[in-house]
Amino acid sequence: MAKTQLVRVKVNGRDRQAEVEPRLLLIHFIREVLQLTGSHIGCDTSHCGACTVLLNGKTVKSCTMFAVQADGGEILTVEGLIKDGQLHPLQEGFKEEHGLQCGFCTPGMLMSSYALLHNNPKPTEEDIRWGISGNLCRCTGYQNIVRAVQYAADKMAQGGAK
Amino acid sequence: MIHKTSLEIGGMGHPIKRKEDLRFIQGKGNYVDDVHLPGMVYGHLVRSPYAHAWLKSVNTEKAKQLPGVLAVITGEDLAKANLAWMPTLSYDKQMVLATGKVLFQSQEVAFVVAEDRYTAADAAELVEVEYEELPVLVDPKKAMDPDAPLLREDREQKDNHIFHWEVGDRQATEQVFQKAAVKASVHAFFPRCHPAPLETCGCVADFNRATGKLTIYMTSQAPHAHRTVFALVGGIPEQNIRVISPDIGGGFGNKVPVYPGYVCAIVASLTLGVPVKWIETRSENLQSTGFARDYHMTAEIAADRDGKMQGLRVKTLADHGAFNAAAQPTKFPAGLFNICTGSYDYPQAFCEVDGVYTNKAPGGIAYRCSFRVTEAAYLIERVVDVLALELKMDPAELRRKNFIPESKFPYKSSLGWTYDSGNYEGAMKVALDKIGYEQLRKEQAEKRKKGELMGIGISSFTEIVGAGPAHTFDILGIKMFDSCEIRIHPTGKAIARMGTKSQGQGHETTYAQIVAQELGIPAADVVIEEGDTDTAPYGLGTYASRSTPTSGAATAIAARKIRDKAKKIAAYLLECSENDLEWEPGKFYVKGAPSKAKTIQEIAFAAYTNIPPGLEAGLEAVDYYDPPNLTFPFGTYVCVVDIDKGTGEVKVRRFVAVDDCGNIINPMIVEGQIHGGLTEGLAIAFMQQIDYDESGNVQGGSFQDYLLPTAVETPHWETDKTCTPSPHHPFGAKGVGESPNVGSPAAFVNAVVDALSHLGVKHIDMPIAPWKVWNILKEKGVTA
Repeated sequence: MAKTQLVRVKVNGRDRQAEVEPRLLLIHFIREVLQLTGSHIGCDTSHCGACTVLLNGKTVKSCTMFAVQADGGEILTVEGLIKDGQLHPLQEGFKEEHGLQCGFCTPGMLMSSYALLHNNPKPTEEDIRWGISGNLCRCTGYQNIVRAVQYAADKMAQGGAK
Repeated sequence: MIHKTSLEIGGMGHPIKRKEDLRFIQGKGNYVDDVHLPGMVYGHLVRSPYAHAWLKSVNTEKAKQLPGVLAVITGEDLAKANLAWMPTLSYDKQMVLATGKVLFQSQEVAFVVAEDRYTAADAAELVEVEYEELPVLVDPKKAMDPDAPLLREDREQKDNHIFHWEVGDRQATEQVFQKAAVKASVHAFFPRCHPAPLETCGCVADFNRATGKLTIYMTSQAPHAHRTVFALVGGIPEQNIRVISPDIGGGFGNKVPVYPGYVCAIVASLTLGVPVKWIETRSENLQSTGFARDYHMTAEIAADRDGKMQGLRVKTLADHGAFNAAAQPTKFPAGLFNICTGSYDYPQAFCEVDGVYTNKAPGGIAYRCSFRVTEAAYLIERVVDVLALELKMDPAELRRKNFIPESKFPYKSSLGWTYDSGNYEGAMKVALDKIGYEQLRKEQAEKRKKGELMGIGISSFTEIVGAGPAHTFDILGIKMFDSCEIRIHPTGKAIARMGTKSQGQGHETTYAQIVAQELGIPAADVVIEEGDTDTAPYGLGTYASRSTPTSGAATAIAARKIRDKAKKIAAYLLECSENDLEWEPGKFYVKGAPSKAKTIQEIAFAAYTNIPPGLEAGLEAVDYYDPPNLTFPFGTYVCVVDIDKGTGEVKVRRFVAVDDCGNIINPMIVEGQIHGGLTEGLAIAFMQQIDYDESGNVQGGSFQDYLLPTAVETPHWETDKTCTPSPHHPFGAKGVGESPNVGSPAAFVNAVVDALSHLGVKHIDMPIAPWKVWNILKEKGVTA
């Protein structure tokens, strides 16, 4: 076993820590050490975005950074979107607008959309398409994902959640 | 006529929201890589960097010495257990781990097992393999040259030819061509591409030494068939094998074959007695698992001067790579490619296909496609446009003139299929009206005067799906029926299981809607379970748009069997004769006295608590459905493109898709499938290709250079429908998941060629990258 290093992070509001190899990828830390398997791995080249999570409020492709680089940071994964048993408007939007099929890209899509709406609460269709352009989907053709994000934007504008 | 159920029941035709979504949107799906078992270890494959080479030695000593490494398995090790080779689904065989030589880049050479993923990958680097390079065969056109290197010494036949297949009347077609007033032809290469579902392939093999049971969690579109293959090849009694296909992150045909990684994980688990996980990287997925297409096709049409088509002749060279691992019905070496007469009424046709080996990854699979219908639809829709150019005739008019007329269905094609139903002109009319075809042609004429490039492409495809009838269709002898078992619980709720396996198609919702339609039990009260071979009835799985035509039909028939028994119980409860009862979704009532009724829930309760004398307790049924024919969904797609003369970039301005898949279970899901299939069609037409250089190095082996469209490249899709129910399917459905991927490539290419046709361009091979268009524009002297 190679030398390990302590990583302390706050994940979905909860303090977590573990001794890990310095080369451990953040996605493996999240999936295998913390056992939060909602975030997925779809490629090795940071193209697909299935592993997207928020680190200190910004989207990162967690297959492209080491767990140790996240030390001291705050991480939000798809598991952290639900609040007090209430789905986030984005989660609701994906279901209502049929924004998913196989569901594999969905957690990453949700996290990129979450960041998009945080920065731009009233996105145009083009804004949304660019906002999710770091995430690949093989099933939906994106059209209903765009609708899902619009659904969430509308709902949040009416004071749903943030 | 389908009886419309209430929204509360949620039967056929209701766009109800998907039941499976709640877990996926909360990150609670359970995909293979999410399976974590106590004591689980990890496998990693060592792969060949060469496309063709003698394997001189495989030294595993250093790898084995690395702390944490549990085993390193080589081809020689497998050979001792007679497992170095495995059968493919096309009566060929394929190396599990190489012995003797390697035949394609990324071929599996050794399997390393270690306590964690990282150590397994480290150890794979320490496996020392000595190769001696051999001449490489990349071009399938050279496969039959006398000086071509022989790839498969293991075969008795000492050349690179796999099969010759022909259909139709060669001589009669020849005569038609000799007399033809007009001929048109096209050489079209359908490039090798890969389905690239977002989840790669993988498994967890878990052999329990105490019980002798082998459980395999795997990315399988056909779990039952895979169980049987493992039993036959591995010699493990079939009752001791349980294949579980959990949530699948997209399949598109990629997850139909058995891959060496699965077999290695199983062997490792049998050897070590612990669960072994093996998950492909994306590069491994693209470089070694089931590719699709790779068809070099020529089509010729013989026609009268007025455009009436008289004959079609098709000749194709199929590149199958190093092993013929095509996943398709066994009697069809070129799949259903003889649907290549398409939507047209050809008095004579002849089609021949030759398959050859090359030093490329083995295949090919049906990528969102019913066994080569995509190649066929693309070819016929392309050559019809070339004929239109030849005749200086509008391509819509030429199609209209040659469509199989509605009155001729069921229609027997000159290449042997009996089309169940169709109304091609009807679908085309809706599409042309919706896009404003006449106006677009005027606009195009105006733009041409100004030197601007705009094109309109039409594709009026027919599909052939739902394999298939037992008299013709089998895979390794197993007939291609499919199944459903329904159990109604005492409280009137239900569980139903099928032999198919959803990979995103929404079966948990749509199958529940079929049960709701047939029994009146709300879809919300029906749980659908697939993918566990210990619990689900046997079936051949989900691909080739077969779920609705086969298991969907079985679901309706099983539900009707339950309804028959429910009627007996209702008659007993209502103290009347069965003949006095009428059914409406959810209840039986006495004719003329609708208040005297028993709901399906009351009947279900009675089936366990108040059983009529002479009847068995319980309320359940199973059906194994052998479809009498295939189904033939169809449609017309129209695409409008604008081309940037400065860059060669093609912009899809509009795309109208009119689909006819018969009666629809859930219109929301159908529309979603069409959006997705069109996007994959776009990808094939403009972006995706797995290519090889002259040394057999794969190009397009990662998402770095195997380009998938993002939301930005994907246009807004416009959809519409016509409805021509299948006459033989129990509820008139046909299947739809693949139509958009089958029909759309020709629409895109036809649009681009149409934009350039006045410059003398008749054909451009896919993928139509900007550089290809720019080169043409440069050659024609029209770049901006």
